[in-house]
Amino acid sequence: MSFVLTCPNCGPREVTDFGFGGEIGARPSREPSFRELNAYNYFRANVAGRQREWWYHRSGCRAWFIAERDTRTNEVHFTRLPDDEDPAGEAMVPAGSGLAGARRERAAGTRGWDLR
Amino acid sequence: MLDLFRKRRMWRPASKLKGAYDVVIIGGGSHGLATAHYLREHGITDVAILEKRYIGSGAAGRNTTILRSNYKTPEGARFYDASVKLYEGLSQELNFNLLFSQCGHLTLAHSDRAMFVMANRAEVNRLSGIDSRLIGPDEIQQLAPAMQVDNPNATFPIMGALYHPPGGIIRHDAVVWALARSADQGGAEIHQDTEVLGLERSGGRVSKVKTDRGTIAAGQVLNCTAGWSTLISDMAGVKLPITTHILQACVTEPFKPLLHVVVVSSQMHVYISQTDRGEFLMGAEIEPWTTYRMQGTLNFLQDVCRHSLELFPQLERARLLRSWAGLCDLSPDYSPILGQTEVENFHVSAGWGTYGFKAAPIVGKTLAELVATGRQPELIAPFALERFYEDRLVSELAAAAVSH
Repeated sequence: MSFVLTCPNCGPREVTDFGFGGEIGARPSREPSFRELNAYNYFRANVAGRQREWWYHRSGCRAWFIAERDTRTNEVHFTRLPDDEDPAGEAMVPAGSGLAGARRERAAGTRGWDLR
Repeated sequence: MLDLFRKRRMWRPASKLKGAYDVVIIGGGSHGLATAHYLREHGITDVAILEKRYIGSGAAGRNTTILRSNYKTPEGARFYDASVKLYEGLSQELNFNLLFSQCGHLTLAHSDRAMFVMANRAEVNRLSGIDSRLIGPDEIQQLAPAMQVDNPNATFPIMGALYHPPGGIIRHDAVVWALARSADQGGAEIHQDTEVLGLERSGGRVSKVKTDRGTIAAGQVLNCTAGWSTLISDMAGVKLPITTHILQACVTEPFKPLLHVVVVSSQMHVYISQTDRGEFLMGAEIEPWTTYRMQGTLNFLQDVCRHSLELFPQLERARLLRSWAGLCDLSPDYSPILGQTEVENFHVSAGWGTYGFKAAPIVGKTLAELVATGRQPELIAPFALERFYEDRLVSELAAAAVSH
């Protein structure tokens, strides 16, 4: 058996229910150089240990959410929706990353382009 | 007669680590050992191979032993072809029977689109001088009489296949042992149960390698650790575009010889061969999420059995003997990352995804040349790490995205 993730909307489900969206990293600057953009596109931290990552409930409510998982054991420490408070008390979404960050920036008018 | 009872060693037992080596190879798998073997040709023998567990305990001992060179890009096809050619002479070169049978390799096509891609691959292969062609269902049936080719109820009907006669299977453990023996005979030291804990940098170079058995100075350092390559590269301050996933395989109990080719279906995510012991060896797709935990999953067993049975319904009563998982270091373009990095004396052989074992001898040969001459050999120039910063990818998505 692989492991179980708790969808913030639907509750615990087997991992095959979900789509994996990859680790959460910092987004590039507003006007990145070609090199910086490629580094953002291709390079990954790939940590062995606790990792924040995006998941998508493909066979359920189809919501994107954040999970913290230990990649050495596959133990999931928590899951939450992007706009929910972080159990570890960290920034709601790591500095300007991902959809929620973009949504917030868009609402605040700090980003000129749309991610949808 | 007395010889029968003599204890024979393939390589010397572990000695104490010396204080310094010309070359330190991290990772005692097929790539690390092949590099040590080919370094002999350049007269470089002051070599230490550091292996966290035992040699061949990672991907080298967990792969499905398939060799082939029918890749999609000219760069890839040329590279893997050189590897298969080296494998052809390796038993002779290492004086060790590697049980290489070039039984042929079939990649099934189940759609018009797949037929188009296979035709494309066949053309690229032929231009590189690689024996590879598109065949129809009749010829597939001739090559694999036991396979259910013409099944009107199939989920994925078989329309044709890319046939690659030089492809085949080899004994993977034998490759590891023979390369280790040769490296050892050449003077290289194989240190098992030796984990690298850190790399010390000074003046833009890696100067020292910290292990759990002491610190050693190194002239050049090679990272050949596949699934763990990001962790080692991080120690040197080199970022890699790699994510680590598990790939799984399983074998059935042994049967009489039934299948004499390697059968792969990218749409059904399955590849099947029958080993020399008679076991059906089946592999599937990597899990999409990243992990360092080598634990198998139930959905893998379900999928691989369902798809294998569609091709070989006669295996219905076969019992699985064992299944296992290994770590794969997946690169964004399904091509490897080879050679120099921004740290002068730190070289990598990484990004091997699901195709590293096929390339072991050519990686050893080219990395040995790089270490000896300081220049990136022309054959591996397209696979330099720098290509990701410059967005010059070598996309093997069509020929390697399904693991086989």
